[in-house]
Amino acid sequence: MTYTSLALTLIFVMIPLILSKTLKLELEKDTLIATLRSIIQLLAVGYILNFVFDAQSYLYIILMVALMISVATLNARKKGKGIQGITWKIAVTLCTVEIVTQGVLLGFHIIPATAQYIIPISGMLIGNAMVLSILFLNRFTAEITSHQHEIELILSLGGTPKQAIHRQLIHAIKASMIPTIESQKTIGLVQLPGMMSGQIIGGADPIQAVQFQLLIIFALLTTATLSSIMIGFLSYPSLFNERMQILQFKEL
Amino acid sequence: MESAIDFHNVSFTVQDKQILKMITGTFFKGKITTLVGPSGAGKTTLLKLCNGLLSPSAGQISINQQAIEQYEPTALRKQVGMALQAAPMITGTVFENLALPRTLQGKQLTQREAISYLHDVGLDDRFLNRTAQELSGGQQQKISIARTLINQSSILLLDEITSALDPQSVHDIESLITRINQKYQVTIIWITHNLRQALSIGHYTWVMMDGRLVESGDSSLLNAPTNPAVAQFIQGVKA
Repeated sequence: MTYTSLALTLIFVMIPLILSKTLKLELEKDTLIATLRSIIQLLAVGYILNFVFDAQSYLYIILMVALMISVATLNARKKGKGIQGITWKIAVTLCTVEIVTQGVLLGFHIIPATAQYIIPISGMLIGNAMVLSILFLNRFTAEITSHQHEIELILSLGGTPKQAIHRQLIHAIKASMIPTIESQKTIGLVQLPGMMSGQIIGGADPIQAVQFQLLIIFALLTTATLSSIMIGFLSYPSLFNERMQILQFKEL
Repeated sequence: MESAIDFHNVSFTVQDKQILKMITGTFFKGKITTLVGPSGAGKTTLLKLCNGLLSPSAGQISINQQAIEQYEPTALRKQVGMALQAAPMITGTVFENLALPRTLQGKQLTQREAISYLHDVGLDDRFLNRTAQELSGGQQQKISIARTLINQSSILLLDEITSALDPQSVHDIESLITRINQKYQVTIIWITHNLRQALSIGHYTWVMMDGRLVESGDSSLLNAPTNPAVAQFIQGVKA
């Protein structure tokens, strides 16, 4: 794509700006900020990736993945403010997701051990794990708030914290995984996934693109399951003290 | 008389708000003690301290002459049962709700036992397979009482368990609690706003106001309180 063609794509930014102005939606400022951020962030990432791909150094690959995990952790932790130590719990989860998925992909030589493969795939998996973590924490905190009496009942009957929170934990894990599973049911029928589309536009063989997309889809299933379950089981003990009393959630 | 629960200078504070202030007193073994007082007096908090759902900020609580913190929490809560005011039901049938105390211990409740407990609270067999959440408030309160009885606790804490019941059901539950108390020598601590109930069922009464234990003794004190604030509260309830 030429720079002229790229510049012409700004028409797609002008359309929402004009509509927003006409209908007084007051979204012009946000639209402009979003556009500028996309340009700056993606150009920066482009140059960084160029450098990392040329260097072919494992140190740079590790640094890039560490940066992705850090940013994803900082973003997801906002949703779990009430849970003690949520930052390291999310970080541990994302690291585990990365190690398990890359361990399988590289260990079985499914992908070559080069930056061109490791970094984009890590980005997709860590990004998905971050979204899953946010979905889980949102649902988990809502479940606890609305089921305080039920949790207290089980504790009052001599149940352990794990028994008391079990239903809420399972509901939150299931609820956070449903979007991943549901979107995979219609994949290819409703929308062509981003990575596959990108490869096809880039001139790759569609069958090759589908194969890589399947790899990502299957890895996303593990990512979704691992991240929800790990954050859930790492988080719930912080909601109780050593006397098996539920802590006031907002006080944490 | 032997004590079941002793409070010694017990205070409870949450978020800088003092809910209970220097409570000292004894609940006697095998007796029914009613807790009366206006809403917000700290009665429910006091029950939760007895069951270990909360711990005091200051002071000492003993259960059967042993400091409460020496008990393993789950063992304490089986020994000191509690029927919560909200009568929360878990998702599922009445049977699943009744079986909950056993399920938590990895044990089973037989249908025969479940029916027997249902009969105890004045409900018939047909309720067993009904969805607990679909029952009326009064019926849920009865299930909650039956469920609390299943652990066969030596101390029972009852938080306004008859507030949503019709007069006949109130009478049935009062008879049941009296029967359990007499037959098994179970110690009962019962929060109630019903002064007739406190007088007719309770051996002893604690009157609480603004987080303090303002008067305690034989239930007949409700007929002739010495504290003017208590007298005013009782007048208000009677009116």
